[in-house]
Amino acid sequence: MEAPSIHVAFQNVQKSYDGEILVVKDLNLDVEKGEFLTMLGPSGSGKTTCLMMLAGFEPATHGEIFLNGQPINNQPPNKRGIGMVFQNYALFPHMSVNENLAFPLQVRGMKREEVTERVDRALGMVELGGFGGRRPAQLSGGQQQRVALARALVFDPQLVLMDEPLGALDKQLREQMQYEIKNIHESLGVTVVYVTHDQSEALTMSNRIAVFNDGVIQQLSSPDDLYERPQNSFVAQFIGENNKLSGMVTEVNGDSCTVKMGTGEVITAAAINVAGAGQPTTLSLRPERVEIAPDEGALPNALQGQVKDLIYHGDHIRAVLQVADTSEFVVKVPNNVGHKVLSKGENVTVGWQIEDCRALDHMDV
Amino acid sequence: MSDAAATSQSTPRDALLVASDGVPLKVKLAKTTAAARRRAFLLTLPLVLFVLISFVFPIGEMLVRSFHNPVGGNVVPAFAESIAKWDGKGLPSEEVFEVFVKDLARARKVRDVGKTVGNLATRVNYEIPGSRSLITKSARKVGKIKNPPYKDALLAIDKRWSNPHVWLVLQRATTDYTLSFYLAALDRRYDKTNNIVQADELYRIYIPILLKTLWLSALITFLCFMLAYPVAYLLSTLPLRTSNLLMILVLLPFWTSLLVRTTAWIAMLQTQGVLNDVFVSLRLIGNEDRIQLIYNQTGTIIAMVHILLPFMILPLYSVMKTIPPSYMRAARSMGASQTYAFIRIYFPQTLPGIAAGTLLVFILAIGYYITPALVGGNDGLLISNLIADHIKSTLNWSLGAALGSILLVIVLMLYWLYNRLVGIDNLKFG
Repeated sequence: MEAPSIHVAFQNVQKSYDGEILVVKDLNLDVEKGEFLTMLGPSGSGKTTCLMMLAGFEPATHGEIFLNGQPINNQPPNKRGIGMVFQNYALFPHMSVNENLAFPLQVRGMKREEVTERVDRALGMVELGGFGGRRPAQLSGGQQQRVALARALVFDPQLVLMDEPLGALDKQLREQMQYEIKNIHESLGVTVVYVTHDQSEALTMSNRIAVFNDGVIQQLSSPDDLYERPQNSFVAQFIGENNKLSGMVTEVNGDSCTVKMGTGEVITAAAINVAGAGQPTTLSLRPERVEIAPDEGALPNALQGQVKDLIYHGDHIRAVLQVADTSEFVVKVPNNVGHKVLSKGENVTVGWQIEDCRALDHMDV
Repeated sequence: MSDAAATSQSTPRDALLVASDGVPLKVKLAKTTAAARRRAFLLTLPLVLFVLISFVFPIGEMLVRSFHNPVGGNVVPAFAESIAKWDGKGLPSEEVFEVFVKDLARARKVRDVGKTVGNLATRVNYEIPGSRSLITKSARKVGKIKNPPYKDALLAIDKRWSNPHVWLVLQRATTDYTLSFYLAALDRRYDKTNNIVQADELYRIYIPILLKTLWLSALITFLCFMLAYPVAYLLSTLPLRTSNLLMILVLLPFWTSLLVRTTAWIAMLQTQGVLNDVFVSLRLIGNEDRIQLIYNQTGTIIAMVHILLPFMILPLYSVMKTIPPSYMRAARSMGASQTYAFIRIYFPQTLPGIAAGTLLVFILAIGYYITPALVGGNDGLLISNLIADHIKSTLNWSLGAALGSILLVIVLMLYWLYNRLVGIDNLKFG
């Protein structure tokens, strides 16, 4: 396997539409060849703007974007050779599926036989052979999505951009398409930059995820790192389910710190992103890492809680507890043999490991 | 009901769905929705009646007038009946002359509107210019003819009665239904042996004007399209606040009286008008050779393009508004240049708007009346000005109606053609 090289690089890129607000603030990002990189973030976080700048539809206000080491700021979109899948597919409604797929090939002046052959191959890849004569309007949402994908890939681009391509599909179809896109990415070896606001989509498909908020990349790491080791409160809150506990750092001790809760309890947590003793912090704790009624002394942290609500989910039971100063402390109790049966109003001990409780920057709620 | 019963018994596969009380479901459904449909119809009834009384009926009446002209039967009914049997060779027989003399003498005393000798004389005069006096003079004198031979007596009143062509025309003019007006509208006429021939070159006016109307309308439609397309594109791409403001500017002419707008053009374009003054002051032209911009075709074209422009902009805008920018972006990302993407992707999608706009402007233009009448001078007149002339001045309503019918047929044919080419359900008017 050859050494990974940089395919796309953003260097100090800034973008403003109105000259007053920076939508993208000093973006630095390298995308490796063959990588599946997802830009994840809430709407208005600047992720789509980044994609549009890369595609060439929006000029960067400041900074430079490189494609294969070449600056492309002054290159028009049609010279960049980037495949793109749009949010609503943007299939040309007045053309048949075949004509849609042939379009990028005809633009390149390809011979008729080669066009036909490539179009057929691309349709076969997305399992839509035989649908070539239809108009986009005669296809289901999922089929349109596949055509859009095939069209973005038919001219063999090395880089494919996808702008929330699965947003318009229902949940089941979305999951199926996630795997298909993932498979196509792996078999073709193209670089994919994928924009979504759906965190589960990002987690299942990506090599790396860049979490955007407020025009800034909050964290750039692999899906498991992102979920298990969030670097700040925003990422912890945005990715997956998260319990927040607010407190004051009383002592930092190497990798761990002592945090005093507003209600007086003292907790030992992993010191990830704390300003130092005497500063406020927000503790992040995944619901599945919390143990109900642990054995006395088995876990370093144990707090008293009261069950407020119980929701049956089949494979697990979601318990909402009052713990310290939060009334929305969620614990997932697996529905396995001999699990702890809780009832509303019951007082119970909850406990967790030091490394599962991450002390991050303070977040007002 | 009997139908329903029959099908329900025929084959079990075709059995009708029935409600629980055995009544077919379709009958039940019709019953439950009947009241609502009646109410809906009643709501439209005033409009339907209004349109019928004030539009459909008068228009129909006018159209009938173009081929139904019962003046002969009204003025000289007995003669109309007897000359209809004449074979058209030589002069009619003595009996025909007798009936004519007696009928004409009787008709002279009639004063009912549309039944006087004058009406017949006018009708004949359409076909033989100058023959009006022949009829009226003879009518005054036929009362004195008491005895046969009537033929000789009539010839004594006026020599022209010996011309077989006069009798041929009389035979045609006294039938209730006639093609004469359509022939006249198409610059055709009957010759002396009853064949349809082209009118003398000097009298060919309607076909050239009709062709000119079509040509000018096409030119005006084209100019409107060229001016409206970029504006509509701009309107559809600008932010809503700006585009609304500009849209008001587009719509402003709609809120101004047509007459005001047309007279404004007169002030602008006349030889001593604003435009010419500007040209002269910029020394583009000398004071002596000011350009004639109005009271000719140029004036008609300029004023009509301005007046019809919104009818092109609005359908185009409404179509362009629905085309998301992602189509162009997709084409660009696939390697198409701006121009190529426009031609292959954007333009075809605006076709429904183009179709609607051009159809609308063209149809409005070929029937346009007031603007050419005010600024068209002589060579800027259109077919509708001639129609109006026949209705208002010459009072040859039948010819006006025939011209109007031809115009209507042309519009319907265009509509049909558009339906074949574009599909009427593809039209978008906004």
